Amino acid sequence: MSRFIVSLAIALSMWLTAHTAFAIDPLPFKDRAEEVRFQNLTRELRCLVCQNQNLADSEAELAGELRRQVFDMMQSGKSDAEIKQYLVARYNDFVLYDPPVKPGTWLLWFAPGVLVLIGAIVIVNILRKRTRQPVAVVSSEEDW
Amino acid sequence: MSPELGQFALILALLLAFVQFTLPTYGAWRGNAALIGLARPVVAGQAVFVVLAFALLTYAFVTQDFSVVYVAQNSNLSLPWYYRFPAVWGAHEGSLLLWILILNVWTVAVAAFSRRLPDALMARVLGVLGFISFGFLLFTILTSNPFLRHLPALTDGNDLNPILQDPGLIMHPPMLYTGYVGFSVAFAFAIAALLGGELDIAWVRWARPWTNVAWGFLTLGISLGSWWAYYVLGWGGWWFWDPVENASFMPWLVGTALIHSQAVTEKRGSFRAWTLLLSIFAFSLSLLGTFLVRSGVLTSVHAFASDPKRGTFILIFLGIVVGGSLLIYALRAPKVAGGKAFRLLSRETLLLINNLLFTCAAAMVLLGTLYPLIGDALGVGRISVGPPYFGFMFVLLMLPAIFLMPLGPFFRWATADWRATLRALRPALVIAIAAAITAKLLTHDLPLRGVAGVAGALWVGVGIVLYAVKRWRDAPRGKRYTPEMFGMICAHFGVAIFLTGVLITEATSVERDLRAAPNESVNLAGLDFRFKGVEHTQGPNYVADEGTLEVRDGDEIIAVLHPQKRAYSGGGQPQTISAIRPSLYRDLYVALGEPLDNGAWSVRVYVKPFVRWIWLGGLCMMFGGFVAATDRRFRTLPERADETAPTPLATTTSRAAT
Amino acid sequence: MTSRLIPLLAFIALVALLAFGIQWNKHHEMTEVPSPLIGKNAPEFTLPLLYDANKKVSRADLLGKPYILNVFGSWCPTCQYEHPILTHVLKPLGITLIGLDWRDDPADAQRWLKQFGNPYDAVITDRDGRAGIDFGVYMAPESFLVDANGVIRYKRIGMFTPELVATELKPQLAALDAEPKKNP
Repeated sequence: MSRFIVSLAIALSMWLTAHTAFAIDPLPFKDRAEEVRFQNLTRELRCLVCQNQNLADSEAELAGELRRQVFDMMQSGKSDAEIKQYLVARYNDFVLYDPPVKPGTWLLWFAPGVLVLIGAIVIVNILRKRTRQPVAVVSSEEDW
Repeated sequence: MSPELGQFALILALLLAFVQFTLPTYGAWRGNAALIGLARPVVAGQAVFVVLAFALLTYAFVTQDFSVVYVAQNSNLSLPWYYRFPAVWGAHEGSLLLWILILNVWTVAVAAFSRRLPDALMARVLGVLGFISFGFLLFTILTSNPFLRHLPALTDGNDLNPILQDPGLIMHPPMLYTGYVGFSVAFAFAIAALLGGELDIAWVRWARPWTNVAWGFLTLGISLGSWWAYYVLGWGGWWFWDPVENASFMPWLVGTALIHSQAVTEKRGSFRAWTLLLSIFAFSLSLLGTFLVRSGVLTSVHAFASDPKRGTFILIFLGIVVGGSLLIYALRAPKVAGGKAFRLLSRETLLLINNLLFTCAAAMVLLGTLYPLIGDALGVGRISVGPPYFGFMFVLLMLPAIFLMPLGPFFRWATADWRATLRALRPALVIAIAAAITAKLLTHDLPLRGVAGVAGALWVGVGIVLYAVKRWRDAPRGKRYTPEMFGMICAHFGVAIFLTGVLITEATSVERDLRAAPNESVNLAGLDFRFKGVEHTQGPNYVADEGTLEVRDGDEIIAVLHPQKRAYSGGGQPQTISAIRPSLYRDLYVALGEPLDNGAWSVRVYVKPFVRWIWLGGLCMMFGGFVAATDRRFRTLPERADETAPTPLATTTSRAAT
Repeated sequence: MTSRLIPLLAFIALVALLAFGIQWNKHHEMTEVPSPLIGKNAPEFTLPLLYDANKKVSRADLLGKPYILNVFGSWCPTCQYEHPILTHVLKPLGITLIGLDWRDDPADAQRWLKQFGNPYDAVITDRDGRAGIDFGVYMAPESFLVDANGVIRYKRIGMFTPELVATELKPQLAALDAEPKKNP
């Protein structure tokens, strides 16, 4: 029962922190390039309140705060990496949509490539065996 | 009264489903024609009761019977009448009933249109479909009963989630479900073939049209979902790699590999193991998707309310169905590779590579989607995987496929004349490179993605057109394009259209957040957006602030847009309803923010070139899939003795007497 | 034969993972994000007291004995649920309780505390939420256990329940007591 209350409580408090702020937030950018940089950067960051939206689209009040923070840091000359590092230090790697390449994510980043490689080797083996057999040429009538 | 009738109908359907998967299958095993003959009538009976249950639930919604808990949770008195129908599948219980309904529609279709199939095979196919239906009906009755009552009846309900009060809800779920439930037919054929130890691979020929149609519907469902998200969520995106989106994309990827692999198996007798496994995987991923969406194991904007009990049930069912089928595969799959031989350079090799790439892409999406869970299991902390990962890896895996695609139709079976192919495709290569260079010169800030996209799209598009032209010239009249070939041409051309849309939109869309004061203009992408203020307006169950923006190209007004911010009477967050001026070459898109000082409002404006091509490409692919399924040869028995290599499917002797 | 078993074996591994997921989901909130600050120094802050805006409290002022920093706001309904637990379950444990009034109007906060009672030993206000961001706060209520040297030892995301106090907080406090006291 208390578990239910806890989840209900969390849902409620998240709803309330999601209240009132709007993702549409005209900021005084220096130029178009800076605006595009801001858009790209905030799209790569996760909103922790509405966890399935990025920082650019989230309407949560905290998201608005963090967007302002990102904007201020951009204005004071920080690089994208530094801004991301600032947020990660406070909120955990989870705030990045792009998982960093570290031992915990090697499986994620390399397994697909390894799978393709294994598959390719298997295919090459299959082909070597298959292509030894005599082949009957197909006439264009049979081609489909 | 009628909700109880609905429950009763479900129970009767459950019993009939039980009969459907036990008796005819046993009959096929023992050669008992009477039991085999039970299959079709039982299928019809089950379908009748499922339709009845669904109709009764719909009736409860239409008459606003708030004594039914599910109705009260998903509609209220102010819900417009036309949303009462799709509200039936607006949440977990009802959408599950929709799933079962669609499964029954497929089963009835298979039973009705397969008179020429061997009876034992038919009995097994319907038996497998019956087992799946049984599992879902049991799940529904035990854990997700939509007919539960709340007595005394409530006087009003919660609202249907405002985001679902949209025409998209009417189309997207049914089309999507028709697609990935449809893969159950290919699955059933594969299992039936394995169980029966079929002596030839004719079953693939029977399975192909069903698989192509299912794939077409899934393509349509995914395209609709993408389009719906684009205009309803307000942020101009069309794909988010959200776990639930991925849950529908994985079956699509495997399904694409499957339809190609089936072609090889049917015509050449090769790739039997691939076709069997892909048939199992495609539907397994559909079931997995059902699990992911309803078990609460992953967080998603799309997910239905989660419940560990439901999750456990679906997982057990998944384990039985998929584990059972993979066990049957391990025991009875062909031990020796069969089929006609082929050279290294041949269409078979290309399709083998195709199988590999699409399967790996599906595996990659699965890995990324489940990785947060893997991270928790390995104890490496909460890992977040999003579009940067998926987008990057997917493009990487698909690049070889894009490059090889135009070669496919030109390469022959068994041995390909690669020189002739490259000669034939030279115009495509030249046009692609030339266009890419031109694009780069015309729009100097086009990033590499855009350049590569233009090249790739033209390579594929011109390549398939060249093949169509060659076929027109070389083949005799009346036999130029079989439906299968025509479908292939449409679908591949659809890929080119899709690529064009994606890469141009991603490279050239512009977006700005603006402070819009009344009668002030802002400039974006050469267009003039003039804000004319905001007014109050009302709808059937909401009040809204409606803005007006005039869009000018030079002096001419090309569009007047009315974005809204709605507050629904049922409560909940205010909904941003964006205003879009669609067109084939450029979408204008405006979303309203909040009021600022002096009558000004914050506004987000997008200009998105070519974004409609994304869904147009999807529609072309769907059309190709449907056309290919109409080919008459799928409905006839093999005409020539050597047309399909009579290699045994299993090396154990078949016990079935047909 | 073995190669044909591979798909089945891979699938069994998948089912094991998903079963783990269901179990995990039963005992964890999927929305809880573990804090990277555990085991690190609490971030620097200097914030005014709620009841005396001229006096400021900083991180250094709180060194010397452990305390719990509880993030709350008058706008937060869950904080109301947590309030009696703070008063009757947490406070009796004897630990210093500092309230961080997050993104709130001080007048509203004072009214809220007057209505429900003030369980805190001191209340500091973070109007613009900057200190909250430094602590990695993303919802209310959240609580941090900070030891005598200013190191964050434990973070609770969401409200405390009596069970959580017993199963999670008490062991942490016991561990703190067991450590040899260092001079700050």
